[in-house]
Amino acid sequence: MLKVRDLRVSLAEEPKQILKGLTLDVEPGTVHAIMGPNGSGKSTLSYLLAGREGYVVDGGSAELDGANLLTMEPEERAAAGLFLAFQYPVEIPGVGNMTFLRTALNAQRKARGEPEIDAGSFLKLVREKAKALKIDAEMLKRPVNVGFSGGEKKRNEILQMAVLEPKMCILDETDSGLDVDAMKLVSDGVNALRDEGRAFLVITHYQRLLDHIRPDVVHILADGRIVQTGGPELALEVETNGYADILGRVA
Amino acid sequence: MAALPQAKADGAEALLAARPAPAKGAAWAEAAREAARGRLRAAGAPARRDEYWRFTDPAPLLAEGPRAAALPLEEVQVFDEVDALRLVFVDGVFRPDLSDEPRLDGVEIQPLSAALSADIHWARSLYGALEAAGQNPVPRPLAALNTAQADTGFAIRVTGRPARPIHLRYLHESEGSEAMIRHIVRLEAGAEATLLENGPAAARFNKAMEIELGEGAALHHVRAQGRDHDRLAATHVFARLGARAAYRGFTLTTNGRLTRNEVVLDLAGEGAKGHVAGAAIGAAGFHHDDTVFVTHSAAHCESRQVFKKVLKSGARGAFQGKILVKPGAQKTDGYQISQALLLDDDAEFNAKPELEIYADDVACSHGSTSGAVDEDVLFYLRSRGVPEAEAKDMMVLAFVEEAIGEIESEPLRDVIRERIAAWLARRKV
Ligand SMILES: Nc1ncnc2c1ncn2[C@@H]1O[C@H](COP(=O)(O)OP(=O)(O)OP(=O)(O)O)[C@@H](O)[C@H]1O
Ligand SMILES: [Mg+2]
Repeated sequence: MLKVRDLRVSLAEEPKQILKGLTLDVEPGTVHAIMGPNGSGKSTLSYLLAGREGYVVDGGSAELDGANLLTMEPEERAAAGLFLAFQYPVEIPGVGNMTFLRTALNAQRKARGEPEIDAGSFLKLVREKAKALKIDAEMLKRPVNVGFSGGEKKRNEILQMAVLEPKMCILDETDSGLDVDAMKLVSDGVNALRDEGRAFLVITHYQRLLDHIRPDVVHILADGRIVQTGGPELALEVETNGYADILGRVA
Repeated sequence: MAALPQAKADGAEALLAARPAPAKGAAWAEAAREAARGRLRAAGAPARRDEYWRFTDPAPLLAEGPRAAALPLEEVQVFDEVDALRLVFVDGVFRPDLSDEPRLDGVEIQPLSAALSADIHWARSLYGALEAAGQNPVPRPLAALNTAQADTGFAIRVTGRPARPIHLRYLHESEGSEAMIRHIVRLEAGAEATLLENGPAAARFNKAMEIELGEGAALHHVRAQGRDHDRLAATHVFARLGARAAYRGFTLTTNGRLTRNEVVLDLAGEGAKGHVAGAAIGAAGFHHDDTVFVTHSAAHCESRQVFKKVLKSGARGAFQGKILVKPGAQKTDGYQISQALLLDDDAEFNAKPELEIYADDVACSHGSTSGAVDEDVLFYLRSRGVPEAEAKDMMVLAFVEEAIGEIESEPLRDVIRERIAAWLARRKV
């Protein structure tokens, strides 16, 4: 589903390469986890795939189901099924959560040539998904993320994912800032979406999330490259020993 | 006092000579007009060099002969869907044939000319009085001109709580029209009413309103100025609030070549609340100026000024807002914010927030910002599938939302939101 080849990416503002030849394959129906030291380029990868400005691609490619992501606008990537749960979700004063969700869903449907969802069905859909994530009606009425706690913002990201039903979901440290119960809610939300046609790329620092969302593959990203790939046991190794051993081995 | 520069004195005479004198009214009204002519002559015509006009060149408002203005025709106008008592003016002339019967429970409505010819106590004590008081400390010569020359408009006295809003709807048919409109409004103690105004009064117009609110009275005042692309307008709202009275004013401005909206509030009775807000959206050739002066004369009053401007390709915005807290006006709560969203590098916003406080136990805050679209928010919206243009429109609506929130009625807020959305859809900001 997601195919990244030898991706090299620098910052637009300064000549600094962040991704230095990153290769990654995520197949439909799988969950891949990415772990790695602070500053290794995990968020840069997720932003780049989602289409944020400020980066220069020095080489390599990134495809979603064979389509070249790198030439698409962010909204086209979203309509094609890519979703990024932000490490730092943005507050949007003046835009209500419901209006935002509905505009986004309908824009994607329109882009895919599908009919818009009517107000009644939309309300029903959101209420149902919100309930599962324990997001109350009051929060839905508020402007997007404004005055939300860190954990509430992360749950709101998962709500958006649940409503938009993307096929390639990238979660950038969605677990950080979550309490134990919220971690369970978020994981349940993700697990509920798991199916054969959908894939997940879960960026995290902690093994605990991976207890709830069992990954098929775990990658270690260091200094802009995937330096090791393995099964769930790799995450356990990181948890107990840190990155020193792994980085030492591959160096 | 220094002698008036000759140009300003000549300018005042030219303004007075530009229109035929209004039909004679009662002796008291003629005296009020004569006093207003005196105020205009004392102040002189406004000039770019005046401190109060530093951001806005008044010349187009003064130059001889009205401007032509081309009008795009629109069938449905803002507020047309609102169930209201409609009073229609065409090119500054009241048209009973297009209007509802001016009868509404809890309100007395009569043409200004009739009120100025009779001996109605409240009209007599109000007409020109708030305008005169509002000349200090800054002169407002165009308002004095209005008192001296206007004979079109309404005298509205609200004694109860009318079930429907009063809608003053201005139409503009002839190319080079010029209008002078004046309303006086009094709400008796405990009365509450909604007043709507919209439309281009003329190619160029001078509109003023004096509002007196009795104890505990509340006036909701929502204006929309928009259809007239070449509009040249100077408007003044003067309001004096009695104890626990509330004035809530909101003005939407789209299009227009030059619009100067002045609001002068006097919170005269304890516990009064005065809120003035505005949203202005314009592209090339648009110049919009909000000039607000709020005086806290009594204790325990609250005032809010919330002004938002969205400016694009050469549009210019100005805000001058003052909060004056008089001695003894303790426990004053004053808030002022003026913000501009600049959609490109050509747009320009100037703000002059001022606080002048002579009481010690007050809480006043003010802020002014101008900036471009927040790229992080734009990306967030786009990453959820919202196309760039639509995302920007959402951000524009979000930006003005705080000002719209000052309107108390949710249905009226929606009318304004829809209006802005329609404008954005047409203009593709
Ligand atoms: N806009 C930018 N300007 C300057 N440096 C940047 C910018 N964006 C990223 N970087 C740098 O690129 C490197 C990778 O950052 P990135 O945010 O991708 O790391 P990360 O792996 O997500 O880290 P963390 O685990 O702390 O979230 C860091 O050294 C960071 O400082
Ligand atoms: Mg990161």
